[in-house]
Amino acid sequence: MNYYQLPSFGKNAWIIWYRNLLVWRKLIGPALVLHFGEPLIYLFGLGFGLGVFVGDIEGMAYLTFLASGLVASSAMMTASLEGTYSVFTRMVPQKTYSAILATPIEVDDIMAGELLWCATKALFSGTAIIIVAALMGAVESWQAVLAIPVVFLSALCFTGPAIVIASMSPSYDYFNYYFTLAVTPMFVLCGVFYPVSTLPDVMQSIVYLLPLTHAVELIRPLIAGTEMQDVGLHVFVLSFYAIIFYYISVIMVRKKLVV
Amino acid sequence: MTSELEVVIRAEKLTKLFADKEVVCGIDFKVEKGKCFGFLGPNGAGKTTTLHMIEGISPISSGSLSVFDYSLPANGKKIRTRLGIVPQEDNLDPDFTVIENLRMYGVYFGIPRDILETRIVELLKFMHLEDRAKDKPDRLSGGMKRRLTIARALVNDPELIILDEPTTGLDPQVRHIIWAKLRELMLQGKSILMTTHYMDEAERLCDELIIMDHGTILDQGSPKDIVSQYVESHVVEVRGEFAALIPDFQKMEHTRLENYGDTLFCYSDQINEVVSLLADKSKVSYFSRPCNLEDVFLTMTGRDLRE
Repeated sequence: MNYYQLPSFGKNAWIIWYRNLLVWRKLIGPALVLHFGEPLIYLFGLGFGLGVFVGDIEGMAYLTFLASGLVASSAMMTASLEGTYSVFTRMVPQKTYSAILATPIEVDDIMAGELLWCATKALFSGTAIIIVAALMGAVESWQAVLAIPVVFLSALCFTGPAIVIASMSPSYDYFNYYFTLAVTPMFVLCGVFYPVSTLPDVMQSIVYLLPLTHAVELIRPLIAGTEMQDVGLHVFVLSFYAIIFYYISVIMVRKKLVV
Repeated sequence: MTSELEVVIRAEKLTKLFADKEVVCGIDFKVEKGKCFGFLGPNGAGKTTTLHMIEGISPISSGSLSVFDYSLPANGKKIRTRLGIVPQEDNLDPDFTVIENLRMYGVYFGIPRDILETRIVELLKFMHLEDRAKDKPDRLSGGMKRRLTIARALVNDPELIILDEPTTGLDPQVRHIIWAKLRELMLQGKSILMTTHYMDEAERLCDELIIMDHGTILDQGSPKDIVSQYVESHVVEVRGEFAALIPDFQKMEHTRLENYGDTLFCYSDQINEVVSLLADKSKVSYFSRPCNLEDVFLTMTGRDLRE
């Protein structure tokens, strides 16, 4: 097979998506605790606790600032965890993909299904945070609903790199490289907790190359009800990462599964 | 003109390279419809790789291969809709119950729901798994998992069933059940292709055998023909202090000796001669038996350990 041909998107991708949804539904209890519990703790602890000292920030309450940052970072976290741990589990120890490849479903279908699934799961967690934030009075506008498709796009952009890591790693332990060197720095540096403009200039230019910054800058005004800026640029950066890394991840997985 | 049976698999000069190493070296064979066809060979002979090429899962390196008259690798998807694949290692979905495993697999094949549900009930019954329908695979014994894997491979009502070492690691009861089920499937007109290194399995099930080693075909034929062609009718296995007897055995006609470890194998068409020589010797123990595929196999592929 030509490992480098462009990935195909067929309707079989939805079968893989459906499989993952069925499994997720079986574990809905722990999933809901994670999706609603985590943001609740962050927003109460940091939003109220730290918010007292911070006051308003960029013209919004700190709770709103933080909530909008967390919506973006949860898209990254959810897609990254699902794309590494869960994809690796299905690909290597569980051999789920080999079982599926013995049917008319092909590698490209599996990959497209996983991409859709990782983004869908991020959609669940992002929506949960928006609901929690709204209940706490941190959502300022109905346009917060538009943050949901942005979460989906952001998650698409973090799924590709995660699957690349999953396909390269001999075991779960190797994911630490990726989480420590890529995911955590983005979580801390990309404007989730404080405005990027407070960073030194050199750092700012680096941080603007990272996708999470652009996800935050798209989602924040939607939650805060403020004016959006540079929408085209942010969407372009997120789409660029999504397309490039999805293509690389498909090549890597083809090389691993079709030998 | 002689009537020609329909051919389901046709391989010509089929070759597979892994990183420039030839693991299947230009083999030719064809599998006829409605027959049970077996690949016999030690570990590393190239059996599983050959199956993966037939399934369209592993691309062929050179030569030609067609299944149901569709050429590979181009038509892998089309071919797999008509195949039932039982892999060497169980890869059941641990997140799903027995019945959900079958149902999900049916969805992968795009089988309409009503047909699928009827078929699942039949398959659970056929493989004696009705009582375990709601259990997850980790609650099943090895034999039940294997039966479920076979049931799963039948969910699309395949014309050709491909099994990679179907009974390895199973206890005798389960093996006999599985053999009976495979024979039942053949009576329904299905073709079977399997690999095994159990000679009894090959002799019981296969109409035609290919003996493979190091990626090449050593011989092909019915189990009976292969046995009669390569080994004598009987063998006497001798243990103990047999060294002094070797010259006497060597004088006998129709007798061939093979010494392996603590055992001397005396292959012979005149079994009585061998036994009469041993009868009054107190320092040796022996037993005689008809030769089987195992003897052919060890004669052809050698007795070195393969891992």
